[in-house]
Amino acid sequence: MTTIAPEESALEAVFDATVAADERIEPRDWMPDAYRSTLIRQIAQHAHSEIIGMQPEANWITRAPSLRRKAILMAKVQDEAGHGLYLYSSAETLGTSRDELLDKLHTGRQKYSSIFNYPTLTWADVGAIGWLVDGAAITNQVPLCRCSYGPYARAMVRICKEESFHQRQGYELLLALSRGTEAQHAMAQDAVDRWWWPSLMMFGPPDDESAHSAQSMAWKIKRHSNDELRQRFVDICVPQAEALGLTLPDPDLSWNEERGHYDFGPIDWTEFWEVLKGNGPCNAQRITRRRRAHEDGAWVREAAAAHAAKHGKADR
Amino acid sequence: MTNLTRTPALALGDDALILSHRLGEWAGHAPVLEEEVALANIALDLLGQARILLSLAGDEDELAYLREERQFCNVQLVEQPNGDFAHTIARQLYFSLYQQLLFDHLATGGSELAPLAAKAVKETAYHRDHAEQWTLRLGDGTDESHTRMQRGLDALWRFTGELFEPVDALDAPWQTLRDEWTTRLTTVLERATLTVPQGPQHGAWTAGAGRQGLHTEPFGRMLAEMQHLHRSHPGATW
Ligand SMILES: [Fe+2]
Ligand SMILES: [Fe+2]
Repeated sequence: MTTIAPEESALEAVFDATVAADERIEPRDWMPDAYRSTLIRQIAQHAHSEIIGMQPEANWITRAPSLRRKAILMAKVQDEAGHGLYLYSSAETLGTSRDELLDKLHTGRQKYSSIFNYPTLTWADVGAIGWLVDGAAITNQVPLCRCSYGPYARAMVRICKEESFHQRQGYELLLALSRGTEAQHAMAQDAVDRWWWPSLMMFGPPDDESAHSAQSMAWKIKRHSNDELRQRFVDICVPQAEALGLTLPDPDLSWNEERGHYDFGPIDWTEFWEVLKGNGPCNAQRITRRRRAHEDGAWVREAAAAHAAKHGKADR
Repeated sequence: MTNLTRTPALALGDDALILSHRLGEWAGHAPVLEEEVALANIALDLLGQARILLSLAGDEDELAYLREERQFCNVQLVEQPNGDFAHTIARQLYFSLYQQLLFDHLATGGSELAPLAAKAVKETAYHRDHAEQWTLRLGDGTDESHTRMQRGLDALWRFTGELFEPVDALDAPWQTLRDEWTTRLTTVLERATLTVPQGPQHGAWTAGAGRQGLHTEPFGRMLAEMQHLHRSHPGATW
């Protein structure tokens, strides 16, 4: 920054007042460098999660058991690509580019949600992902619709609408299985058993171990703590699981009258940190496949650029 | 549902079903994010068409999941594996040009397929435009993309003759459609600095026989994957 200190402190006062008044920071507004880099990191990670998240579900497109389910699944995976597009665009308003962010993803310098490092082993996993993973994502993301950074907040409004659609479709898929044959019911229960704990981990480490939380709350990038959101999610899911006729794999789950919330058992944070470090079941597979798609597509992107240069059209 | 419509509904429905499936295989592999969206769009349109057409002929899921390979009557072009992006675009260009011409014709006729064709023709116009735009970019892009695009066009050329083989009970001016297809294709390929392939439009003995239930080897594997889960749970609803 070349700005001299007195001016900068005036700008910072404007920024602080805007955030304090719950108004939006827009791309042309001055913002602290750390606010900018925090947002880029968070939006990029979110965008990467959308596109990596296509893989576990695309794994079932070619095997979907009815044409109706196939259409729903294809449309869902397509929506996730669209979410990636909006999010990379909102990150670009902060002075970065999609290419740069993709490069950081491909070289492991930026992360994506660890949930997508778990495998989709049966058709019911498509339902469990919709119900639990999209459900957890909504719980996390609805407050982001009021995030202090305008372009991100607006992208989240659109994304949340589609995510809640996905959540309902996932729930409905599981319901059909739960009420179906014995084998279908067992398939649904097995999927919920495998996805429940990783979904709770999607809210991030407990509040006292969360590296970025306090500053993000002060900047109104984040509105609620990890533990608050996790509790909210558990409270939503328990009655839904009952309605599905499925159980959640936690013997400690019980209603706590005093707290007005469900108590739940301890989360295996060792597993969380191991998956985050790269030791999850699919970390290597997901990133390898992403890199390969990008490398295989290089000649196509070069051709589009060469054609645009020859014909004076901006296109991608 | 007259018996007379069943054969064409199955033929055109299978074309859409199988091409949609192949395009669905691209999910997560596309060269740019915009193409993830575009290819899925086309796949979804085709799947929508397939569901309407197969429902005219019977139960859509029974027809999609419980028929054997020899009972499918799609043209062999649509079952060809994706190959590289240029190969996929070549397949899409050949097919969308054909489908748009055929649906244009059917939309104005009085058959039971007319309403479907009238709706699908708008979708197909977009599919054709998408394929044409990419044909231009790849043909007139880099040396590598030019080579790949020409290779895709050449490799799939022998499956194009079948598009214009008359389908039982489907009243269409096949020769006129074929001439129009060739004219339009030639225009696009010339603009893209590409060459219209010269070889035969029918290959070895099986080529051109998809409508009669004779398919190419990759098709059986594709069906095995597509039908496996449904067939593993007889009678189940999903
Ligand atoms: Fe999403
Ligand atoms: Fe989603």
